[in-house]
Amino acid sequence: MSVLVVVECDGGEVKKSSLEVASYGSQVAQMLGTTATAVAVGEATEANLAKLGEQGISKVLYDAEPRLKDFVNGAYTKLIAAAAQKEESKVIVLANSNIGASVGSRLSMRLQASLATNVVELPKTDGGSFVVKRGAFSGKAFADVKLDGERKIIAVKKNSIEALHEAGKTAQVESFSAQLSDADFADAPKQVIMQDQAGGILLPEADKVVSGGRGMKGPENWHLIEELAKALGAATACSKPVSDVDWRPHHEHVGQTGITVSPNLYIACGISGAIQHLAGVNSSKVIVVINKDPEAPFFKAADYGIVGDVFDVLPKLTQAVKELN
Amino acid sequence: MKFLVCISNVPDTTTKITFTPDNKEFNKAGVQFVINPWDEYALTRAIELKEAQGGGTVTVLNVGEADTEPNIRKALAIGADDAIRVNAHPKDAFFVAQQIASIAKDGGYDAILMGKESIDYNGFQVHGMVGELLGIPTVAPAMKLDMSGNTATLEREIEGGKEIVEVNTPFVASCQQPMCEPRIPNMRGIMTARTKPLKVVEPTADAARTEVAEYALPPKKQGVKLIPAESAGELIKLLRNEAKVI
Repeated sequence: MSVLVVVECDGGEVKKSSLEVASYGSQVAQMLGTTATAVAVGEATEANLAKLGEQGISKVLYDAEPRLKDFVNGAYTKLIAAAAQKEESKVIVLANSNIGASVGSRLSMRLQASLATNVVELPKTDGGSFVVKRGAFSGKAFADVKLDGERKIIAVKKNSIEALHEAGKTAQVESFSAQLSDADFADAPKQVIMQDQAGGILLPEADKVVSGGRGMKGPENWHLIEELAKALGAATACSKPVSDVDWRPHHEHVGQTGITVSPNLYIACGISGAIQHLAGVNSSKVIVVINKDPEAPFFKAADYGIVGDVFDVLPKLTQAVKELN
Repeated sequence: MKFLVCISNVPDTTTKITFTPDNKEFNKAGVQFVINPWDEYALTRAIELKEAQGGGTVTVLNVGEADTEPNIRKALAIGADDAIRVNAHPKDAFFVAQQIASIAKDGGYDAILMGKESIDYNGFQVHGMVGELLGIPTVAPAMKLDMSGNTATLEREIEGGKEIVEVNTPFVASCQQPMCEPRIPNMRGIMTARTKPLKVVEPTADAARTEVAEYALPPKKQGVKLIPAESAGELIKLLRNEAKVI
């Protein structure tokens, strides 16, 4: 009857968002008076999986089938469903990532479960009801959603739950096979292409983001964004007009129709703050806006602001970070 | 090639979000509704592929009450051939997915396309549920879609990169940019849309699995703290000592 947590791994490491999900799942297990089991997908090492004990996981199921290294919707869905059956799980928790949410929606039909994605808080379970808070209207609102039925699936938004770290606790790693057949790999990728990330920080996982807009005047000035991002250990991003004119690649575009981010720190440089851009970033914990136009609407959503020229301000910020370190 | 494109009716992207006094429903008063921007990628790409193949059909499907018809007509004006409206309030993703699957089941569609999510509920759920109900692959979210015979080649976004995926028809894909440049209806399209068939069907009796107990707005910001540009470095100290984020 344990809570099942889906843990995504990459290059042997457990993803940061999955450490958050594991912490969420183990806290739900505690609320329900049971334990949390993880099922790992992707390329993992036994040592890293055992460390999930620090997030309160007691057991990890791992299928070492090599074709599971890359995301395959059909196979992942079958594997997780089999783990849920083995553990008789009534609650399944996964990341609100492209993998987690894709699998979660198929699983909800297969397991006859109710599903909430984009969840930002631990559930309220008073009086037998099960209510989760989720983001809605592109970050402009929240909805408390009641999940009906015996089984529930929760996809947790990145950076919304603090990961637990109980040093020294380990989880027991068990090998697990879902008896996957070739048919389960019908939608396996023919090729996986990873993008170069500035400084190796992945934007959807980043807890600090430095972002540039049209005020940066051209791609040749992006080194100013990159230098500040590097000093801070942040990912880089951009607004929609910037990716539309190909100054920056699409995968850096944050906003309503781009990537939604919720880092601890979002620094917007030369971005006026159109409502569609805000929708993609307004759940960031602290927003800093740098713009030479004091009337830029983004200042209304900001915690800190500098009215000034980005070409003058950015080098000063980079210098100040270097001095601090 | 037969395409089924699912569209939802959402508040315009610049809408200020408010709720009814009991906080149970979105306040529609004075709000303009548009085709969900993500769905426009699905619609335009289906029309482009139909045109490239020189044949086939694009059917638009919406689960919604009569007030969604102006946007269904807009989809027809952009270039869809016909439309189906399931006459029901879209209660939740589970309810909508069952309506779509019920229409698609006997329709002989080669590809079922939709946006990656709606900009109001942000579920990212319906495509996977439809794929599972029909027992066909789902590719979500897709940034590129090409068809050759019965094989579709898609680029799926993954965190930090992309996968190239090949699936056979029929399949479900949820679409996002940069798949295509969404089209705006032209005058000829608007004129012909009026005469294109729009079929209204009643929903199957399937229930919802989730219910919104209450909506809430995020807490108001305290207001911006401005730092003079000449002492910009002070900001970094504030971010460390006051905001504690670096």
